[in-house]
Amino acid sequence: MIQDVGWKVGGKQGEGIDSTGEIYAIALHRMGYYVFTYRHFMSLIKGGHTNYKIRASNRQLRHHGDDLHVLVAFDQTTIDFNWNEMVDGGIVIYDASAFEAVKPSHRDVNLFGVPLTEIAKQAGNAIMKNMVAIGVSAAISKLDPEEFRPVVQDKFGKKGQAVVESNMEALLRGYAYFQEHYHVHFPLPDKPDLRDVDHLFASGNQATAFGALAGGCRFLAAYPITPATEIMYWVLEQFPKYGGVVVQAEDEIAAINMAIGANFAGVRGMTSTSGPGFSLMMEALGLAGMSETPVVIVDVQRSGPSTGLPTKTEQSDLSEAVNGTHGEIPRIVLTPRTVEECFLYTAEAFNLADRYQCPVIVMTDLYMGMSFQSVDGFPVHRVRQDRGKLISDEELAKLGRFAYQRYDASVPDGISPRALPGQKNARYVALGNEHNGVGLEVEDQETRVTQMRKRQRKLEGFRHESGVTVDGRQDAPYALIGFGSTYGVLEEAREVLESQGLPVKHIHFSRVWPFPADAFHDAMDGVRLALVTEQNATGQLKRLIREQAGYHDVLQSCLKYDGDPMSLKEIVHTAYQTFPMGVLN
Amino acid sequence: MATMLDYQTERATWCPGCGDFGVLNAMQKACVNLGLEPEQVVVVSGIGCSGKMSQHFGGYGLHSLHGRSIPTAQAVKLANKDLVVFAAGGDGDGFGIGMGHFIHAMRRNVDITYIVMDNHIYGLTTGQASPTSDVGSKTKTSPQGTVEQPILPLQLALAQNCGFVAQGFSGNVKQLVNLIEKAIQHKGFSFVNVFSPCVTFNKVNTYDFYKAHLVDLDQDPDYDPHDRVAALRRVAEANNLVTGLIYEDPDRPSFEESLPGYPDDAIVSRDWTLRQEDYDAILATFR
Repeated sequence: MIQDVGWKVGGKQGEGIDSTGEIYAIALHRMGYYVFTYRHFMSLIKGGHTNYKIRASNRQLRHHGDDLHVLVAFDQTTIDFNWNEMVDGGIVIYDASAFEAVKPSHRDVNLFGVPLTEIAKQAGNAIMKNMVAIGVSAAISKLDPEEFRPVVQDKFGKKGQAVVESNMEALLRGYAYFQEHYHVHFPLPDKPDLRDVDHLFASGNQATAFGALAGGCRFLAAYPITPATEIMYWVLEQFPKYGGVVVQAEDEIAAINMAIGANFAGVRGMTSTSGPGFSLMMEALGLAGMSETPVVIVDVQRSGPSTGLPTKTEQSDLSEAVNGTHGEIPRIVLTPRTVEECFLYTAEAFNLADRYQCPVIVMTDLYMGMSFQSVDGFPVHRVRQDRGKLISDEELAKLGRFAYQRYDASVPDGISPRALPGQKNARYVALGNEHNGVGLEVEDQETRVTQMRKRQRKLEGFRHESGVTVDGRQDAPYALIGFGSTYGVLEEAREVLESQGLPVKHIHFSRVWPFPADAFHDAMDGVRLALVTEQNATGQLKRLIREQAGYHDVLQSCLKYDGDPMSLKEIVHTAYQTFPMGVLN
Repeated sequence: MATMLDYQTERATWCPGCGDFGVLNAMQKACVNLGLEPEQVVVVSGIGCSGKMSQHFGGYGLHSLHGRSIPTAQAVKLANKDLVVFAAGGDGDGFGIGMGHFIHAMRRNVDITYIVMDNHIYGLTTGQASPTSDVGSKTKTSPQGTVEQPILPLQLALAQNCGFVAQGFSGNVKQLVNLIEKAIQHKGFSFVNVFSPCVTFNKVNTYDFYKAHLVDLDQDPDYDPHDRVAALRRVAEANNLVTGLIYEDPDRPSFEESLPGYPDDAIVSRDWTLRQEDYDAILATFR
């Protein structure tokens, strides 16, 4: 039985590849499939190869899949670039009006020419070749072309009904052409039962932005940067309805300082960025830590260093997130595993920032942020707002003038109540200089040590549901370990390995700092060998685990840093090489 | 009603005779004159001698990073529009490391007041050339004299169409109080550059120097502070050595007034919980 189908459309950047993929993906989602998408694109506007991959399945799979069953190619480059993903017997549809396709050698792949551009012209405009391609794809998978109408309506409705009709016309002509000329099909899996499911389609970036709004964030300052900008887009659409402010800052330094300013004044504020911007924020991260001002920073990682591969995914900011800024501050680093966790943990990030009065970094990546996928609803009922220790006007009235100490180091947990500007009897200065209890800049040794201890103490009692999850057999001698967006592919890898008789569990970090040491030790119980799978070149997670928990002889690495997302094959292959089949009991 | 006593803090740590005392005094006096309680006022400062302003002022303060008082201050104001918000810094802080924010704050026009204590020198790091040091200034980093042209703050602000531009002098606190009052009352970003002599490291741009050279435009009945081009000419002709209200456009809408959805009440005082119907509307966009 078919479990899932891989479909991809490719061509030159600027040819509408994205919107083609988007329409097909949303249509499949609305028809009742689980859909996962991945966009391959480059840092330019016109030209260059781009493609949009869709995996449609009958259960929730949090990965775009290694395999490709149907490829729609607007140029030969698309075929050359993608054929190695294709399964035997896969179908390539190419635009026969534009080029004569050359078949990749030694591959059992079926090439079908369809004059996509010509048919589009007949329908009214060559630009609609994408819609013709969708019609052809629908015919290949035996879908009812009329099921695309609501999506086409949503996409083109604001351009007028005539545009909707001509696009549908192009789609129907493509459908008819393929039915008339070819008799091959690639059916989709049976549809899953979605009766009790709120079947939603969202990206990690959208979920992050939604989580912020739900968590009470009403201030975003950000600077445009791939792959984080979509957070800003979503917030720009929603914040004005809920009395929130969005500022497009002049740079990332301004952005984080603004977010700190908003939090100082008592409004939940955040900034969203990617690697280069995150690096620019390092000094201000220290200010938030030192002045004990809450702030939430979303880092949608991309390939570094420097400008790196701006449109490609990576998980190489982990060390920076955990250690970045000069000096030492308390901070929290969350690494949501799923789109649902992007929502929930971003909402939670504001509670943690307020409760512990320190910066909270929500670290996702391009793969998580920009991939749209079907999810079973968002856990909105789990969102709550906890402002942490805020001193009330009544308490301040009792204290009287000049008695309030913003940085009172005598509190056992190190977390002294905040006052907000405007409150009487609580005037204080938040500052990045070392300071005493009332917030005066001082440099004596005793105060320095007392205040450093106060800040460090804040996270000693840290408690949060995020941390480490374990999937699979608890007693397995082998483990796959990862953090953040690789959760889905590692789960699939675990299933594959288990089905081959390899006893393996999957340990995944949804928080890397404070390091969830106890939960990790529990998870590692009985593990003899573990493969730390991460998208960077130096094994940053493995180094962190060794530093925080040990296991020097147990941990091996599976690394990927070529810009592409982890593939299932790579993990499974490395696992076979790492975990001996013979030593099982 | 608050008095100067309510704003009093511990003794400031500036050198005796420092121009920043005059600026501190003028800021406090302006707030008292406008009937502002100290807890309604936030001073966000950068780093340098001028950066101590947040600690000495006596209201709420945020002693931020070097050059970053302006972005931080704008956000404080946007978060709580009921506060009066100052950004304060020096010429190194504001025209060196933080210059980008200054220009963009003029573009954005959030309703804050930006005070620069301009002493033409880096004081706290003990005497290096600053962005406003005159050509030929001999400092620790320019032993042969600076070779770079100085930043021209007023002309820069006028060219960028800043809605409120004024210049004061620490040696004339009475005028400075008046200018700061007007700056606070101006709806939008207001810029007050203050010649604030460094008595320790700058032996050229002294109180006596300014007393001898400054022209008070407030006393000139022919000067029109609503004509931006004429203001630019006058400032250039006087080699920047002027004081007074240089330019004001009272009609330019602030960022807050222009931003879609910016609420009438302070954001900090609002309930941020989403209701079920809010969730329903948002979840519908994902179907």
